[in-house]
Amino acid sequence: MTSSELIAGILWLALTAYAVLAGADFGGGVWDLFASGPRAHEQRSAVAEAMGPVWEANHVWLIFMITGLFTAFPVAFGVLALALNIPLTIALVGIVLRGASFAFRAHGAEAVGPLSPWGVVFGVASIITPFFLGTAAAAVASGSIHAPNGQLASGFFAGWTTPLAVVIGLFSLAICAYLAATYLMVENEDRPALLADFRRRAIAAAFVSGVLALLALAISYFDGQLLLSSLTGRGQLLFGLALLNGPLALWAVWRWHPRIARVAVIAQVVLVLWAWAVGQGPYLVPPDLLIAETAAPAATLNALLVVITIGGLILIPSLWLLFRVFKARNPQART
Amino acid sequence: MGTSLGFHIVFAVLGVGLPLLMCVAEGLALWRHDEAWMVLARRWSKAFGILFAVGAVSGTVLSFELGLLWPRFMAFSGGIFGLPFSAEGFAFFIEAIFLGLYLYGWNRLSPIQHWLTSIPIAISGAASSVFVVMTNAWMNSPAGFTLGPDGKLAQVDPLAAALNPSTATEDPHMLVSAYVVTGFLVAAVYAAGMLRGRNDIYHRRGLASGMAMGAVAIVLAGITGDTSARFIYEAQPVKFAAMEGVYKTQRGAPITLGGIPSDSQHRVLYGIEIPKALSFLATFDPNAEVRGLDTFPAADRPNPVLVHLSFDSMVGFGTYLGLLALLFWLLAIRRRTLPTRRLILLGLVAAGPASVVAMEAGWFVTEFGRQPWIVYGIMRTSEAATTAPALGLTFAIFIAIYVGLAITTARLLLYLAARTRNAATG
Repeated sequence: MTSSELIAGILWLALTAYAVLAGADFGGGVWDLFASGPRAHEQRSAVAEAMGPVWEANHVWLIFMITGLFTAFPVAFGVLALALNIPLTIALVGIVLRGASFAFRAHGAEAVGPLSPWGVVFGVASIITPFFLGTAAAAVASGSIHAPNGQLASGFFAGWTTPLAVVIGLFSLAICAYLAATYLMVENEDRPALLADFRRRAIAAAFVSGVLALLALAISYFDGQLLLSSLTGRGQLLFGLALLNGPLALWAVWRWHPRIARVAVIAQVVLVLWAWAVGQGPYLVPPDLLIAETAAPAATLNALLVVITIGGLILIPSLWLLFRVFKARNPQART
Repeated sequence: MGTSLGFHIVFAVLGVGLPLLMCVAEGLALWRHDEAWMVLARRWSKAFGILFAVGAVSGTVLSFELGLLWPRFMAFSGGIFGLPFSAEGFAFFIEAIFLGLYLYGWNRLSPIQHWLTSIPIAISGAASSVFVVMTNAWMNSPAGFTLGPDGKLAQVDPLAAALNPSTATEDPHMLVSAYVVTGFLVAAVYAAGMLRGRNDIYHRRGLASGMAMGAVAIVLAGITGDTSARFIYEAQPVKFAAMEGVYKTQRGAPITLGGIPSDSQHRVLYGIEIPKALSFLATFDPNAEVRGLDTFPAADRPNPVLVHLSFDSMVGFGTYLGLLALLFWLLAIRRRTLPTRRLILLGLVAAGPASVVAMEAGWFVTEFGRQPWIVYGIMRTSEAATTAPALGLTFAIFIAIYVGLAITTARLLLYLAARTRNAATG
């Protein structure tokens, strides 16, 4: 494995962490917006309680990925920044408003209660961001961004405005909501009513994301051939596991096994992302940008690996501590 | 981009400075068993929770905008100066993780453990500033790479790029400036409270803490700023000439305070001149030569009006802060109590915004002083910009968002302050 492939793999791991962790935070925003029934207030509190200590750390995975991408693959970064300028800018607006509105609410609850504009902003921004990030991902995965010799040739609308991209955007949103619902099931195991609320929401999200996934595959069969052929080509093993794992996750939710469900839904996200990555093989942005060809000079890559190693040695124990303190099974410590 | 930077930096410097104040206050509380310090640390941490979140998201905007607005610049230089950015990513990670522990861990950690979590926040906050300014320093002193005959990158030494010549002067200056702004903003908040007749232990300690940090930092800012200016005299003579409004190359150059540089008359109008002072400050030799703007091609010059006035604003407000801090502590030491005269308190309230203006003006100097280059001597700003459509719209949207965030942040902080006051009195 070359150092450029190694770094591409590490960045993909960061993207996976972002999807699994921050994705659930966006999903939390969805359930905040759609909080309903007699326990709407408790549902919102459960979301805020789960997100509060960790959302900022979860968000940093994205920053890590962006800085890593422009350090290690500056040409690809430049092309993506141009080609996906519009969806990324919209997602960025969503990220800003989501983070700020959450903090405004969390730290000044009485000032800006759940019915204030910031409460709605929080929910709406949580929907916009994963949707547009999903459309941007679809543009890459469907091979719509053409950049011969590192110069963008396919314009500002290629790939992310297609029916396939819309379906994949909605799928991203649904899977975020699914992740959040299963996490919230686990974190509210000791509150039966809330557990039941989030179980119902998890089942709904499971069906919606399942239907959207099948729809995306169908569109891809007729339209963006590249996605389907890479999933059933090099990515076939992981893709096959994803197809088997989906029903397992739904079974676990249905039969009230929150912890198994959480693991299974995380596995679903991981399998889909890695089937895509492995499937598109030596390409960073198919069909023109190869991992090896768009990489920065070797000296930069090696220095980056050193920084990542040192940073990782500090980061991993810190993250472990954060999740140990706030996410370990310890309901008595609730404030 | 500039707007985002100007907005973000106010929150970023508080992200560097406030954790140190919180860490010291909580440490004092534990060490002396003094509840009042603990109350202060808790109050600051609430405000910091909001400020950090807004800083974090506006910083995200910056990291995206680098690519969205300057794709060609990033395609060229990402591989050279991306390293400190990645390091900054880790520092920010650590800051966010321990801030989560700090803000939400009051009941889950023992008091000592809780205090310990504030230390990594303060360190990684400072480290973030150091790493990120390295990248800006590289834009001023591009180093650590060679270009092939085709104009493409041939060799890269990312460590040399990170430790470029400007890093040694720019980094320390920005870091201490962060403490200057935090110190004087905190002091201004408590001075404003005292003006309204609130003179309790929290206000006195808050004011003293802010002024202690501000006073130490403003002295260091003066020293590092002086080193910076002398470095620029050597390394970026055109920026130096624009800062000082020097048109004609001359020996024994005077320093010109204020005034408006005029390109058509080749001199600064309405300024106050101090003979030979500039040559002396730049080299310690009153007769040294200072190169003038006229010796550079017109296409390679920055806008001297903007750069000169920004530079003088920075120095002017900085001097005001320094003199105010000196007066404050002289009075405090002589009378063994904090000065509470109305005039001094008003001066302290003004010092908060003044410190922000000084810092922003400093960034104006370094950014506009480098124009027309984005990477000094290597790449022009016009060559680096994006070709994406509807930039004006994007710009307008982000301005609107920033205004909304700034207003809400300010309202919330005022609300938090009012609530703590009511809780304290009632």
